[in-house]
Amino acid sequence: MLMMGAVGLAIARIRDLFAVSMLSGIFSLIGAAAYVVLDAVDVAFTEAAVGAGISTVLMLGTLALTTRKEKMGGGKSKSTAAFLVVAVTGAVLVYGTFDMPRYGDKIAAIHHHVVPRYIEKSGEEVGMPNIVTSVLASYRGYDTLGEVFVIFTAATGVLAILGRARRRREDEEADEGRSGTKEIAS
Amino acid sequence: MQGIVDAFQPLYDLWLSFEAFMVGPASPGLLGYWIVIGLMMTGFYIVIAHDNLVKKIVGLNVFQVSVFLFYILMAKVSGGTAPILAEGISVYSNPLPHVLILTAIVVGVATTALGLALVVRIRNAYNTIEDDEILAVEEEEDR
Repeated sequence: MLMMGAVGLAIARIRDLFAVSMLSGIFSLIGAAAYVVLDAVDVAFTEAAVGAGISTVLMLGTLALTTRKEKMGGGKSKSTAAFLVVAVTGAVLVYGTFDMPRYGDKIAAIHHHVVPRYIEKSGEEVGMPNIVTSVLASYRGYDTLGEVFVIFTAATGVLAILGRARRRREDEEADEGRSGTKEIAS
Repeated sequence: MQGIVDAFQPLYDLWLSFEAFMVGPASPGLLGYWIVIGLMMTGFYIVIAHDNLVKKIVGLNVFQVSVFLFYILMAKVSGGTAPILAEGISVYSNPLPHVLILTAIVVGVATTALGLALVVRIRNAYNTIEDDEILAVEEEEDR
């Protein structure tokens, strides 16, 4: 996790966007390693595939369509103000953690509501040894269906935004082409 | 295969000693949360202090991953294993946050994709992806 901190700071400082997108992939990958040691193996391989894989590809695609360099900008006053806001928010959040259950605490409230039932019964009821899978696909199946709708909506949105832009550019090129031939003709 | 596993042993030992320190008497058991908050604030700083739109989205991603890590930290039960039923194991980590975060990761990628598509579109319209330059162009158009 300290490694993740180092990578995060590097992302904040570096202005070459190609390096930044690579670093964000590395950040996700280290995050996936952290999930493994925290016993969340399903989350880890989703993060490694989706966070470190697909996100990085999307980011590189965007850079190919736009620009690689971040401009130097933003006065010193702006970054100081931002730092102040961040420091205050962080302090409030740290204050909030004092009421949290301690790390690894067995008697924390979240481990004692429906979770024991899932752990005891899901093996018989769903017939799957992996509790995460049986909760995701069976007990919370509608939630997962909603997630699929979210992805579908996002994909439709991306296609609507980018598809139209490309068509417009082709139109402009066609217009330019036509005016070009007209000039030659005249 | 075993060789690969052995190669990561020192790293895992490092983690175990960190974990022992985190639950030990020397720290209040909240150190993990504090590191996560540090990460979160890094992402937040990137979002508000930078003008570049791609950089802002990377910042949002950093923030997102740290929130995920926060949930997973809460799900950990000391002495527990991954929530996969097996003979002879009685203590499992909490599977419910894992499910929530699985959903959240996928939704997060969907929003990232949409955001990046908007960035490409903005670049086509304004020929820049810097926030302040977009504002300058808009003021120019208003005049």
